[in-house]
This record gives sequence, C-alpha cells and structure tokens, in this order.
Amino acid sequence: MSKVLVFTEFAPGSNQAKKGALELLTATRQAGLHTQALVLGSGAQTVAQSLAGWGVKEAFVSDHADFDRYNPELFAEAVASAIRDSGAEVVLATSSMLARDLFPRVAARLDTAAVSDCTELKFSGSAPQVRRPLYAGKCSAEVSFMGSGPKMILMRANQLPVGEPTGGGAVQIKTIPSPSSQGLRSLIKDVVKGATGKLDLTEANIIVAGGRGLKEASNFKLLNDLADTCGATVGASRAVVDAGWVPHSMQVGQTGKTVAPSLYIAVGISGAIQHLAGMSGSKVIVAINKDANAPIFQKATYGIVGDLFDVVPALTTEFKSLLSQ
Amino acid sequence: MRVAVCIKQVPDTETKIKLKPDASGIDPTGIKWVMNPYDEFAVEEGIKLREGGKATQVIVFSVGPKARVVETLRTALAMGADEGVVVDAAEDLDPSLTAKALAKAIQAEGEFGLVLTGKLAIDDNLASVGQMLAEALQLPHATVVSKLEVGDSLTAEREVEGGSKEILSLQKPALIGANKGLNTPRYASLPGIMKAKKKVLKEHSLASLGLDASQAKVKHVAFALPADKPPVKMLDGDAAAQAKSLAGFLRNEAKVL
Repeated sequence: MSKVLVFTEFAPGSNQAKKGALELLTATRQAGLHTQALVLGSGAQTVAQSLAGWGVKEAFVSDHADFDRYNPELFAEAVASAIRDSGAEVVLATSSMLARDLFPRVAARLDTAAVSDCTELKFSGSAPQVRRPLYAGKCSAEVSFMGSGPKMILMRANQLPVGEPTGGGAVQIKTIPSPSSQGLRSLIKDVVKGATGKLDLTEANIIVAGGRGLKEASNFKLLNDLADTCGATVGASRAVVDAGWVPHSMQVGQTGKTVAPSLYIAVGISGAIQHLAGMSGSKVIVAINKDANAPIFQKATYGIVGDLFDVVPALTTEFKSLLSQ
Repeated sequence: MRVAVCIKQVPDTETKIKLKPDASGIDPTGIKWVMNPYDEFAVEEGIKLREGGKATQVIVFSVGPKARVVETLRTALAMGADEGVVVDAAEDLDPSLTAKALAKAIQAEGEFGLVLTGKLAIDDNLASVGQMLAEALQLPHATVVSKLEVGDSLTAEREVEGGSKEILSLQKPALIGANKGLNTPRYASLPGIMKAKKKVLKEHSLASLGLDASQAKVKHVAFALPADKPPVKMLDGDAAAQAKSLAGFLRNEAKVL
C-alpha cells in the first residue's frame, strides 16, 4: 500500500498535535492510506504515541530539544532523511510558517516538488488531488505533479474537517538519530516573543481585523476586547500597517497574509482589492462599516452598516454572553 | 562582497484576473506587470549595502519571458543595481526549475557573499524559490527577514508565528528572503532610468544553462475563478439589535461560534 507521511507539529509543552495536523490525519485515515507521522522536538514521543487513534502506524521521532527551535539546516537534514527512510510517496504538512520555510529546501534536496498554501485535498485511491489559490485567491488552480519523487503538500489550516480519534493500536516509534549541531552555518541567538501569544493569523479559526475606520491605533483595543471573547486573532488592513498603527505581522491581504478562517470580522475596512484577495477564502465574512457602499459588503456574508464604536462593544457584550452559556 | 538579488515580475495587485478560455492559465491581456513587492525590499537592501560600503557590486537576476521581464530588471538597474541577468523562460516555470536556473546563472557570474530574494511572490504565493536556491547553492538561509546587519557574519531578524521574532546569526555566504519592514524601497529617478539603459544586461536561455522545461516538478492546471458568493445579509436596527442578530446568525445559521 502506498505510504503517506504527515509532518505533525505540536505546541511546545502541550504534548498534543496541532489542529492542522489532525485535519491531515483525518483525511489520510478516511482515504485508508498507510499513515506515518514525523514528530520533532521535546515531547515528540508522547505526541507520536497519541496519534494511534488517528490511524498512524509508525512515527519517525526525535524527542530532542534541538528541534524546539526551528533551524533550517538541522530540520532539513532530519526531515529529508526521515522521508527517505519512510518510503512515503506523499508528504503532508500544515502550511505553517515553519513548514513553508522548510519543505521547499527539503524538496530541492530530494529533487522533488513541494507546494504550499493548498486549500483543497482529496485522494483518488492513493493519488492526492490538490487545489490552491493563486493571485491571493483571485483564481485557483489544480496542481499537476510531474516527476517521480515524493509529493510534498502543505495544506492551509482550517480547510479540512477534524474527526474523532478511535481505538487504534500502538504506534511503532522509529527514532531519528540525534541531530548534530556541529557545522551549522545559521544559529538562533534570541527569540523575542510577540505580545499576543495568540494563534498566527494563518492558523486562526476566527479573525477580527481592523482598518482605517478605527481612526487611531489605540482603538485597536476595541478589537482586542472582541477577539478575547472568542479566542480570535487580530488582523489589520494595509492602510493601518503603512500608517504604523500595528506591525506588518498583522497585515491581511495580497502583500500581507492570505487567510481563510471560519469567521472573518472586518471592522472599518472598506475592502481594497488587495485586501479582499487575502481574505475572501474565509468561510463566513462579517463586514462592519459606516459606508453602505464599501466594497467589503460584496464579499460579506453578514453586513452591518453602522458606527463601529457602537457596534463592536455591543458585539463584545453579545459574544461574551453567548459564549459563557 | 558582491550581492546577487533575484526578482520576479508579477501582475500588479490591483489587476483583475481573467482566465484563458481553455482554463490553462490567466489571460495576460491588459495586465500591468510590476516587480514583486517583496523583491523591491531585496533590491533596495542590495543597493544600500553597496552605498554603505559593505558591498562592491549588485547584480539582479530574473527568470521569465524575456520580452517583458527585462522591463523589471531595468527598473532594478534604474534604482541603482549594477548589472542584470535574464533567463528567458515560460512564465509558469515551476519553483524547482526556476531555482536551478537562478543557481546556474548566479554561478556563471562568480562568487557572491549574499543572495537576496523576496520572501515570496504575490502571484503564486509558493514561497519556495529562495529556499530551493539556497539548497542548490549550498547556502544557509533565512526568510521573512525584516532587519539585516552585515559584518563578518550576518545578523537577521525574522518574523515567526504569532508576531514573535527570531534573531539569527548566519555565516556568509548566505541567502536572505526579504520581508516588508527591511527598508523603504526607493523610486527610480530620471537620471537612474537614463543610466540603466547603458548598464550590462546579460541573457541566458534554459537550454544554454543545461536545463529544459520537461524537468519541472509541478504545473498549475484547470484554473477557475472563485464561485459567486450569495448576496450579503444586511442586519438592521440599532447597534445593540444588530449585534444581537449577528451573534444569533453566527451561532445558529453559520454555526461558526
């Protein structure tokens, strides 16, 4: 049977696979494929064993602190060798910032293909069928794989359903040799933690984004309050990033992050084409704007014409009472 | 130290995308082609390093249909890059082959202490060529870099998940993928544009680099425009009423809360 290897990321200390990885494992289990996992970092052993219920047969594991921080050289070596050993024809990963940086390098090493930011994945037998947006979602296309190497597919988070773990047997652990940090030409000196500790925009299930309608930087507090009620991540339009109100890491759009959460709440964002391109893949879009003719309403599922300084606090109150029930 | 900068020509972000009748790709009619915005940061960084005495020469490289890609190379030369190299190829060349072509074109120009790219191209959003090129040239790499210091080694600040930042040290030579925030790209001045016309612009083909299009690993096929959204549901009343009905719809109809 053809084998598929799922690169399984987990939040350090959580000992649980990230939701994106469970989406992928749900898909491979449903397709009846021989599924292997690749898990790296402190706690990898525990995470790997927890995957039995997801249909994982074997796991390539390095339970080593050297993998707690991303180093392209170290990861590329370990991942390339695990892929070779696994005999997998398909490698799946969430299109996280780490995987997007890593897999092209691994693909080049193995002289094969890696495609990131995919939004549709189906299996026809064991052959993956993949679509992905282009021009930030202004159109999409199917990916045709040529060549014989393993196909590496990076799926955007929140695109596939997550099933329930079932009984499952034991996961056979295959230990990856300890990494050697000798001869590394790049080293992380320091990590400066972001203020939020929230999910990245590209992984977030709910996003609350603000634009120029907020009038000034300090008013992002309104959005933070709303976001806190529902575990959302806060994003922004290019206009307010360019104005220096918030960092570029928060920008949604064709020159920022392309996102596709279940729920996108656009507050005071008129909807420039390059912003719409970056978020129109969201399942449900709410637009709150005082201008009834703002282009954002053409992409919205629900629209509210009104003063955001009244609507957003009211919404925060509603969400709080709804979600506390 | 010499600096190589790799740039891509992409449709302007304001472009409305139309498809070819056979859905094999986008209809190029009426598209305004520009330098990929992230590549502008890479070009600017190269020029700044030369102006600051850290680099001796900046050469820009691009792969794509020669007739239009040279315009973008000329833009980089007008900004202040010293020489340009174009590899003539079809516009939808895959990242693997693009990286191989860039690697060979760069090697043909000699030694470089730094290779700069944008962190991704906004057309296909694959964010692959930089890392593949680093592998082909056997260089360490860092992408999504918003701050770079060049000394005996490189110190790069890169954005990671959740707005956190990593500070990395890289040995030279290395490849850096530029993010917004690295610098403010200059506009080409009129004298710059005049000078650019006289600067060296070399040409390669895939064949002259020992490559051919059949070595591609992926191709985009069966293009489609997004499905039309059902019309927006407008929620009436005062702010409290609008908020209440929205919360209700999100919970009971859309089931996302």
